[in-house]
Amino acid sequence: MYRRLSTQDVQSPAALRFPAHPIEGLAGTSLKPEHLPSILDAPKTRGFFEVHAENYMGAGGPPHRALNAIRRDYPVSLHGVCMSIGGPRPLDKAHLERFRRLVERYEPALVSEHLAWSTHETAYFNDLLPLPYSAATLATVCDHIDEVQEAIGRRMLLENPSTYVAFRESTMSEIEFIRSVARRTGCGLLLDVNNVFVSAANHGFSAREYLADFPLSEVREIHLAGHSEQSDDEGDRLIIDSHDGPVADAVWKLYEIVIARVGPLPTLIEWDSSIPEWPVLEAEAAAAQAILDRFAAPIIVESSHAA
Amino acid sequence: MQLEPIPLEPRRPQDSYTAMFSSALLRPERETPSLIAGPKGKGVVKRYNVYRNNVTVSLIEALAATFPAVRRITGEEFFRAMARFHIRDTPPNSALLFEYGRDFPAFIAAYEYAQDMPWLADVARIERAWLDAYHAADAEPLSPSALAAVPAERLADLVFIAHPAARIIRSRFAAVTIFAANRVTDPFDTIDAGEPEDGLVTRPGFEVDVRRLPAGGAEFLSSLIAGEPLGVAADAALQARPSFDFGAAIAGMIEAGAFTCVKIGDRS
Repeated sequence: MYRRLSTQDVQSPAALRFPAHPIEGLAGTSLKPEHLPSILDAPKTRGFFEVHAENYMGAGGPPHRALNAIRRDYPVSLHGVCMSIGGPRPLDKAHLERFRRLVERYEPALVSEHLAWSTHETAYFNDLLPLPYSAATLATVCDHIDEVQEAIGRRMLLENPSTYVAFRESTMSEIEFIRSVARRTGCGLLLDVNNVFVSAANHGFSAREYLADFPLSEVREIHLAGHSEQSDDEGDRLIIDSHDGPVADAVWKLYEIVIARVGPLPTLIEWDSSIPEWPVLEAEAAAAQAILDRFAAPIIVESSHAA
Repeated sequence: MQLEPIPLEPRRPQDSYTAMFSSALLRPERETPSLIAGPKGKGVVKRYNVYRNNVTVSLIEALAATFPAVRRITGEEFFRAMARFHIRDTPPNSALLFEYGRDFPAFIAAYEYAQDMPWLADVARIERAWLDAYHAADAEPLSPSALAAVPAERLADLVFIAHPAARIIRSRFAAVTIFAANRVTDPFDTIDAGEPEDGLVTRPGFEVDVRRLPAGGAEFLSSLIAGEPLGVAADAALQARPSFDFGAAIAGMIEAGAFTCVKIGDRS
């Protein structure tokens, strides 16, 4: 029942409204409105920007003007945060159509969404909420991804979650679940290394073993972010995926292990709260770029037309 | 009269996890849902509270970002408490957070602890209109020369098309002045809150503009936005406020970019 989509990562050049701007091997940052003047006033640099799709779903105004200006000069990655792919209900058709139009309008180099849900009935909770891993949820998630990929006419990437609880009704591991989704739908994966670190610490498994087991061949993008610490009911460390500070040393180490295995994949630094001045964020991206460049193949192929 | 029975929506068994998981997210008095577990038999109260906290705090932040003047007026603690009550009452029904807060002004108007600030809800209405204008579709405002070519005897028949960003806010209080004074961090002089004010919110380019309307201006522009011809709108304004200044109203609405085009309507 699962049709593997014939997916292209790049549209035919004739149809493009913006320059193709390859994203391969680059480090990037989330685009924050407060950084726009610094970015646009400075000479164009090496890198890319990722935007939350929902912030650009208004009809017009400054957000679209900003994204147009950025997209002219840089590769852009479009990251959805509230499609509720991990929810049991059918996808919101109006939201999917808004998402499709954004993909069409901005021709992003990458398109991604989360293995999570945010809406129940009519209430939107503005958080990435977890789901049980079972045959039933696997079937629904695959249906949802098929629907998204069909709507946007290209491959999407699915991001692994960070979680604080597990479900009693889960019958398979997260990796088993994600691997099955990728195999059945043909979607790519977005590996959030900080999420792996957070979930590993919170559920008491080894992040290195998780990464060794993860279907890395399907990964097309990496996320890195900062986390913070609280404590659980027993007073033990509980790691919060807070995106409010620099990437932790332990996460940089895991990242190097991944890049050493898979090569220089586009890597995003996420910093969504207590947002620093632009040079601080830029320096985090430069640190990721240095690792990417260290593990780049000796011959760098311009791969904007790679199949 | 016989009523058709309403068919129940067939529920798939796995539909229950979002219902169960979300049932206590905005309800701190409720028990942690039983379908979740911690590793190795660990408790889930603080673990589940991470989600509760993410939801409530991120939605308070969303309201704070949309209503900065209300927040400055009430102070941080008051605002967060009021926002928290509203979020529990009326969580967002859209995944687009810039659409959230449409019911917040009405909530503020009825909020027990805000009764000594009767103008606060109107300030919130202006802030909500500000964000709508910010995200409204781009459109070129009407140029001042557009009216020059119209023969004088047809002026009364002109019909205007409103700019997608244009909004009128009417207040029994000095809501526009209070709004403007609290959208910046500068100190300001005492404001006579009892002075009724009407406001026009527009976005002729990429900057949202909020201005006070002169006497009769709100009746005039509301009538034009509703599609009434210029003659009818001017009559409505004059009837409401005999001091209505027609020439100044035309110049003001052109300058504010409240309309995008004009046509000569059919005389009925």
